[in-house]
Amino acid sequence: MSKILEVKNLRTTFFTHLGEVQAVRGISFDLDEGGILGIVGESGSGKSVTSLSIMGLVDEPGKIVEGEIFFQGTDLTKLDHKDMMQFRGNEISMIFQDPMTSINPAFTIGNQLREVIMAHSDLNKDQAHERALELLKMVGIPDPESRIKNFPYQFSGGMRQRALIAMAIANNPKLLIADEPTTALDVTIQAQILELMRDLKDKINSSVILITHDLGVISEICDKVIVMYGGMIMEKADIKNLFAHPQHPYTRGLLLSIPTNVTGKKKRLIPIEGSPPDLMDPPSGCPFSPRCPHAMEICLKKAAPLFKISETQEASCWLHHQDAPEVSGMVKVEGEQS
Amino acid sequence: MSDRIPLLEVRNLKKHFISGILKKRKVLTAVDGIDFVIYKGETFGLVGESGCGKTTIGRTIIRLYNPTDGEILFDGEEIGHLSERELKPYRKRMQMIFQDPYASLNSRMTVTDIIAEGIDTHHLLEGDAKQERIYELLEKVGLKREHASRYPHEFSGGQRQRIGIARALAVNPELIICDEPISALDVSIQAQVVNMLEDLQDEFGLTYLFIAHDLSMVRHISDRIGVMYLGKMMEITTADELYENALHPYTKSLLSAIPIPDPTSSIRDRRVILKGDVGSPINPKPGCRFASRCQYAKPNCFTETPELREIKEGHFASCHYIEEINGI
Ligand SMILES: Nc1ncnc2c1ncn2[C@@H]1O[C@H](COP(=O)(O)OP(=O)(O)OP(=O)(O)O)[C@@H](O)[C@H]1O
Ligand SMILES: Nc1ncnc2c1ncn2[C@@H]1O[C@H](COP(=O)(O)OP(=O)(O)OP(=O)(O)O)[C@@H](O)[C@H]1O
Ligand code: SF4
Ligand code: SF4
Ligand SMILES: [Mg+2]
Ligand SMILES: [Mg+2]
Repeated sequence: MSKILEVKNLRTTFFTHLGEVQAVRGISFDLDEGGILGIVGESGSGKSVTSLSIMGLVDEPGKIVEGEIFFQGTDLTKLDHKDMMQFRGNEISMIFQDPMTSINPAFTIGNQLREVIMAHSDLNKDQAHERALELLKMVGIPDPESRIKNFPYQFSGGMRQRALIAMAIANNPKLLIADEPTTALDVTIQAQILELMRDLKDKINSSVILITHDLGVISEICDKVIVMYGGMIMEKADIKNLFAHPQHPYTRGLLLSIPTNVTGKKKRLIPIEGSPPDLMDPPSGCPFSPRCPHAMEICLKKAAPLFKISETQEASCWLHHQDAPEVSGMVKVEGEQS
Repeated sequence: MSDRIPLLEVRNLKKHFISGILKKRKVLTAVDGIDFVIYKGETFGLVGESGCGKTTIGRTIIRLYNPTDGEILFDGEEIGHLSERELKPYRKRMQMIFQDPYASLNSRMTVTDIIAEGIDTHHLLEGDAKQERIYELLEKVGLKREHASRYPHEFSGGQRQRIGIARALAVNPELIICDEPISALDVSIQAQVVNMLEDLQDEFGLTYLFIAHDLSMVRHISDRIGVMYLGKMMEITTADELYENALHPYTKSLLSAIPIPDPTSSIRDRRVILKGDVGSPINPKPGCRFASRCQYAKPNCFTETPELREIKEGHFASCHYIEEINGI
């Protein structure tokens, strides 16, 4: 399968007056054409900064300090502002975590949609209006002819999210990045939006990166997943293996700490002890080491490379090393690692 | 089941927020005639979508709000209309843990001051005994003595929630209202806090009203659960019965909307996706609050408000057509 996006050793840092925040610490991943890649991780693990880096939207005091981001062969990190604008909103578009940052409360929904459409096409105002109606219909806004004249405050949270999706797909982007598109919504509305995204992906045939901290959402719609922690990638896997055979202690911990309820009996939850790292002063080795029940000496000194478990799964954990002690369920890997 | 003793009983509780006057008068029926009982030592879960009135119920029970109508019986005494002075002994017996661990602790107070507030108000302990008690509470909730002199901003979300729990425990309450105590926390921290709440319940025989919208966590922690929609109670039953035999159309769609963290699950194919948006609680018309989204709605659902009825033993629901829909 060909790759639409390849991120190589991306490192993004914020140079604040309190010190350097190493938000993304050398991550590499790629996205298959037509795929839905999930990024999960806890608050502050670097998910949003990763997507802002791809979009070329990391602002002062932040900076991509290392790495490459290839979008269909073009290294986005090398583009100047003007060229990047051409990609953004056209080939690549994003649904932001905070809907109010991308909707202007002072303009009608129709106005904003037309704007987005006309910025990247030759359509005139009337054609753009037609296209806007078509988009609103596509994202399931009832009675688009009258709703198009509404201001954002006249929309409910779920409708606003649909409007945002409509804007993001207006120009049939090849890559759509959705940062927590359903987190602020109720579960019944979330189910509608996820259904919509599944549906749209097929219709407009784009590739999607979906960021969330909800493993349930990941399992609903993604085919591959990246698990982030402390600015690094802990595990990459296809969705089946991630849930059935997690190969990183953090992923395992996450899966164990959510209630399962298959038995209906009250089982005690198994938490991950401790709390996430401070990115101003991250642990020098594996970012998970202060909380990891299996931490070894090497873990405190050096972060593990990504060990290739199978064609579809990689994990950054020393337990996969030949010389590591046996831990049940953890696969040993031979040879060179990436 | 018959030996259960009610600790809290809420009857026809209403809390309306009124704004505007004359023709512009708006009545926001945040809580609109709710009945439920919480028995001593149990955890009663309260779920429902954003804005359905969960927090308002909690705040009305501990009398941060005065009820618009209805009764609140605590240990058999009607407290909904007591004066502040008459309420004081009850304030000690009921405590609340708040939704947002970042906003609910006063940032200018040390941890000691925060925890001591209730102890001082109720003149429980003084001097060294008080300080000892604070250390003991900190250790109970998994914090350290050294933390006592620090300020809230020096703590993570999970730790702040622990401080909030220590504050609630300080006055030896019988009932704790936990308003979304874990929703602002990372997944990896949520289980820590839930386990701690369970341990404290066992140790002190606490009764919980546990408010949440994470339905899988609610099932895990609750003995019985109430499902709300726009200020009304739609269904009440035991946790297992609710998840296995939900009767109300709203509960069914709510449960089927939960994203399942298991890619092999077949629930997705059976999912009922609700159409439409949640309605508004402002100046509501009579009728079932769920009617605009209900696939079973008939004309009278839009005009007659269904009552909460006991359908099976211990299983209550409010829907005109519950028997028909469930083939009972
Ligand atoms: N503008 C900024 N200035 C300084 N630090 C920043 C800035 N933006 C992000 N960070 C820091 O970078 C780190 C990663 O943040 P990011 O927003 O990517 O987290 P996230 O994984 O998206 O978390 P969440 O789940 O809470 O959205 C955090 O420690 C954050 O505080
Ligand atoms: N002090 C207040 N004044 C006016 N309206 C209020 C007040 N408090 C709550 N409301 C309204 O009452 C309704 C119920 O709010 P409440 O906070 O109880 O909901 P909730 O179920 O706790 O929601 P969430 O899950 O978002 O916390 C909402 O429409 C809200 O806007
Ligand atoms: S590398 Fe070491 S500390 Fe990190 S997850 Fe693996 S065993 Fe634990
Ligand atoms: S009363 Fe009518 S609208 Fe309400 S849940 Fe029952 S069938 Fe649906
Ligand atoms: Mg984010
Ligand atoms: Mg609330």
